[in-house]
Amino acid sequence: MSSDQNILVKLNKAGFSLNNKWLVRGVSLQVEKGKIVTLIGPNGSGKSTTAKIALGIYKKIDGSVEKYTNKVGYVPQKISIDWTLPLRVNDFMVLTESLNKESIDEALSLTGVIHLKDKNLGDLSGGEFQRVLLARAISKKPELLVLDEPVQGVDFTGEIALYELIKKISDELNCGILLISHDLHTVMSATDHVVCLNGHVCCSGSPMDVAKNNEYKALFGEQASQILSRYEHRHDHVHTSEGEIKKN
Amino acid sequence: MLDDFFIRALIAGIGVAIVTGPLGCFVVWRRLSYFGDTLAHSALLGVTLAYSMEFNIAFSVFIISSLIALTLIQLQKRTNLPGDALLGLLAHSSLAVGLVVIGFLSFIRFDIMGLLFGDILAVTVNDLLIIWIGGALILLILKLIWKPLFASTVNYELAEAEGLNPDRAKAIFTILMAAIIAISIKMVGLLLITGMLIIPAAMARNISSSPQKMVIYSIIGGLLSVILGLFSSLEFNTASGPSIIAASLFLFILSLLNIKQSIKLKN
Repeated sequence: MSSDQNILVKLNKAGFSLNNKWLVRGVSLQVEKGKIVTLIGPNGSGKSTTAKIALGIYKKIDGSVEKYTNKVGYVPQKISIDWTLPLRVNDFMVLTESLNKESIDEALSLTGVIHLKDKNLGDLSGGEFQRVLLARAISKKPELLVLDEPVQGVDFTGEIALYELIKKISDELNCGILLISHDLHTVMSATDHVVCLNGHVCCSGSPMDVAKNNEYKALFGEQASQILSRYEHRHDHVHTSEGEIKKN
Repeated sequence: MLDDFFIRALIAGIGVAIVTGPLGCFVVWRRLSYFGDTLAHSALLGVTLAYSMEFNIAFSVFIISSLIALTLIQLQKRTNLPGDALLGLLAHSSLAVGLVVIGFLSFIRFDIMGLLFGDILAVTVNDLLIIWIGGALILLILKLIWKPLFASTVNYELAEAEGLNPDRAKAIFTILMAAIIAISIKMVGLLLITGMLIIPAAMARNISSSPQKMVIYSIIGGLLSVILGLFSSLEFNTASGPSIIAASLFLFILSLLNIKQSIKLKN
């Protein structure tokens, strides 16, 4: 499919255990430049854990992880920020990397929260904060983006727009994206590779392949399978946010 | 000019305040006030060892406080005791051992009140050098680790994921804490050093909207506390440490007025 130098991060039979209990084990996957890899699976199936293994947050792991880039943007699923810190959106944007004003403004505009730039982080709503998190992750123009449910709490139209933005970023920056999402519709329309987790990799491949897989059907039910196969038939066009249909 | 003990105390106090300002912000942000207390308590042991072996006090305190900090990290890894219990254990046992050792040193004249609460008369030109050179080093190192330390204070996983090595920054910060306690012990005394770290930073939190502003206000608050405190210490013949801390408390109370106003504005 592509040569080795496009690989950004690679997991070889990786696993992580906490208090003698495996959170996830035997995961092999790789993220390449310009590709979107999506992790799906029920609650507690080890999606976030897999993302943290890939990021190097968990160090005592089983198997191995090879990371070929240091330019990483991360949107965690849960983030607890201590409000003993007086922190504005603008301060938060330059948390891990110094950026010029243009890059900050550009990223905040892309996710639609430029008007919140001077607001205190503690005063934002859940959805607004989620947009700021995404803006922060993309502002540093990373080579690898790890997005753990990046649109949780975002309103419906915003959700579609942000997923389109994620797809656009992957194309424009040619960065690899490891995405965790529950929204099968959106996942399937943009993803290159799907990994279905349930404590281990239960199946993986293109969205189409996964949809046909029996283990996937057992895990998500027949309906979810139909969602995927519907997408199979729609591959000749995409929907824009204005509701138009564009031919590929 | 340096012959005057009061000028020396003032120069020493200003040096200390410039360093405790930014460090104190991190103590508040990272909820480390009890950790600072523990290191300060252990400083007594460092002082007694310095006296018995005719060592430099600041150096000896720095070594002992660093050892206590490292012991704490090891104990946290190897026991199931909660952090505050471990801190209490180390704080009081090192204080007790320090006092017991003092008992054995009856041949040395010991100003224990000066040790606990600071003594401006005790500040020598040599101490000034230690405070200013040591303080400059602390600030320089803090500036170097600022980004990873601050990022991991906001969120550890973000810092780790984006390659900032927060564990190393945390370890270095712990050493810096031991160092600031070592250089400021003569000024403020070991029972009140944590106050010097926390109160100006807490005051600054009340009136600042960004982390940078909080650091600057915290330094200014510390400087004002030192100047106010030392002058009143001279005027009323009180110990320097408590006078400085009382002055910083006064500033903190003033900053509360500011909060009241801004809450009113919001409503």
